[in-house]
Amino acid sequence: MKIETGPAVIVRKRMGKKASSRIRAAVSYMLLCAGALFVLTPFAWMISTSLKKKTEVYVFPPEWIPSPAQWHNFIDAFTIFPFHRYTLNSAIIVVFVLAGALLSSSFTTYGFARLNAPGKNLIFMILLSTMMLPSAVTMVPLYILFNKLGWVDTFKPLIVPSWFGSAFFIFLLRQFYMGIPRELEDSARIDGCSSYGIWWRIMVPLTKPALATVAVFSFMSTWNDFMGPLIYLTSEEKRTIALGLSYFQGSARSAPELHLLMAATLYAISPCIVLFFLCQKLFVKGIVFTGVKG
Amino acid sequence: MANRKRLTPARREALDCYVFISPAIIGLFAFMLGPIAASAYFSFTEYDILGTPKWVGLDNYVKLLHDPLFWQSLKVTLVYAVVSVPLGLVVSLFLAVLLNQNLKGIFIFRTIYYLPSVISGVAVALLWRWIFNPDFGVMNWFLGKLGIEGPKWLYDENWALFAIIIMSLWGVGGSMLIYLAGLQSIPTEMYEAAEIDGANRRTQFLYITVPMLSPVIFFNLVMGIIGALQVFTEGYVMTSGGPNNSTLFSVLYLYRNAFDYLQMGYASALAWVLFIIIFFFTLLVFKSSPMWVYYEENRGATK
Repeated sequence: MKIETGPAVIVRKRMGKKASSRIRAAVSYMLLCAGALFVLTPFAWMISTSLKKKTEVYVFPPEWIPSPAQWHNFIDAFTIFPFHRYTLNSAIIVVFVLAGALLSSSFTTYGFARLNAPGKNLIFMILLSTMMLPSAVTMVPLYILFNKLGWVDTFKPLIVPSWFGSAFFIFLLRQFYMGIPRELEDSARIDGCSSYGIWWRIMVPLTKPALATVAVFSFMSTWNDFMGPLIYLTSEEKRTIALGLSYFQGSARSAPELHLLMAATLYAISPCIVLFFLCQKLFVKGIVFTGVKG
Repeated sequence: MANRKRLTPARREALDCYVFISPAIIGLFAFMLGPIAASAYFSFTEYDILGTPKWVGLDNYVKLLHDPLFWQSLKVTLVYAVVSVPLGLVVSLFLAVLLNQNLKGIFIFRTIYYLPSVISGVAVALLWRWIFNPDFGVMNWFLGKLGIEGPKWLYDENWALFAIIIMSLWGVGGSMLIYLAGLQSIPTEMYEAAEIDGANRRTQFLYITVPMLSPVIFFNLVMGIIGALQVFTEGYVMTSGGPNNSTLFSVLYLYRNAFDYLQMGYASALAWVLFIIIFFFTLLVFKSSPMWVYYEENRGATK
């Protein structure tokens, strides 16, 4: 970070600086490794437990490498609880939420970013301020509303709201729309293209990277969502992965099956981990974009 | 078609604009503003969802003042927020500064530190519940190695909340990344100039890094407060609010009143109190921001 080739004034200090920057690097590495240990140990602990025999779980001090590794724990976890069913439920919800979030957010952002109408800016400001609204306030009335509609114990309360644009995604996409030259639109308009055509044929293809970010974030929050399914899904066969896991623990309390619980947890987080490694850049971009430019 | 032809271009544009933003407007009213108004109304009623809401005036709010569990939940939530938010802020800023150096393999550390933020909620809570197991968990094993006898963590009312705060540090990767981006946007010439003037690293950190980063700190602080005051999953999954209500977070208590005891009116009153508290803290941070948040005017020009 520091530039060593400064003006003549600091050359005198250089020799001492080199040594001190080396010490600094060494200290930094030590701190970073200590932090990495704190971050990685829980993962190692989860993997280790998930491959143990039931009797090995309750051994102290713990054995880190189970021998032999009990790979069938993953199959056993599936026989105790129908995780394939839960996976399917989560997948259905995710697909519909993704479709809704992408279409509605992209569509509404075009209006906010490119078109003018009286009151538009006021609506945008109100929309942005809802990002700070605690969801606890709307929790009860939304439940009452969805209950009146007869939507409790269906996936609808978890899906439908995503079809009306989310403030967070609109904000993120709007930043992206700003960077697209207007000339493209103008020439399309001269050729007789309507606003809808411009949105679909020009803006959607050009904002694909931003839409990918929206998709990734939307996937994560939906897959990991716990409170929504907990409130709205009552019957057993409709549970999502996250909800299923929490019930697995409930049963694990009476009959300790921690190795299976950890196997199930590992299974539940694996899509997120894989997705993270596949699209690291998108993650970083999305977080940085909304965080810093905000 | 004929109707459309009569429109001037500006009117046409306005019409299109409304069509484009209509989903957001509908969503705003149906899922945000409407429910907020409804919540305010329900907080003055007694409503068990099966019958009809009965107007009871301020009864719910009076009841709340005499409810020891409400005060307990408020205490737990505030302690959690007051400890975990500044702690998380300092740790993630410190990590970001460490990661902002030109060291070999630094990107591997960035990936590692961000990894826990990818998973959240139930999985994290279940994992850490097992880590904090007093007899067989890895936390007490590690402390034992250091010669410390670990507490009972989640089974001890004096330690349970603290355990959840430690756990929250595992997820600082998101805000760390935001700080990192902020650090990288600080022009290096500033540090070079300071170096020529003989400023040491501590002075540079306090007089360049912190002021330049203050808008990012502000953002993370606001988001951190809003998030910390609404913690739910940890309390629900790891401890069920126990032991002895030592982890009874406000939203958990709200959830129980609404969905376990079916007291929708009382739950709405709790939600409003929480809303006001969150609003108060956010306002406090906003109002104090001119004193410590530094916005450089010139930088806006490059945007």
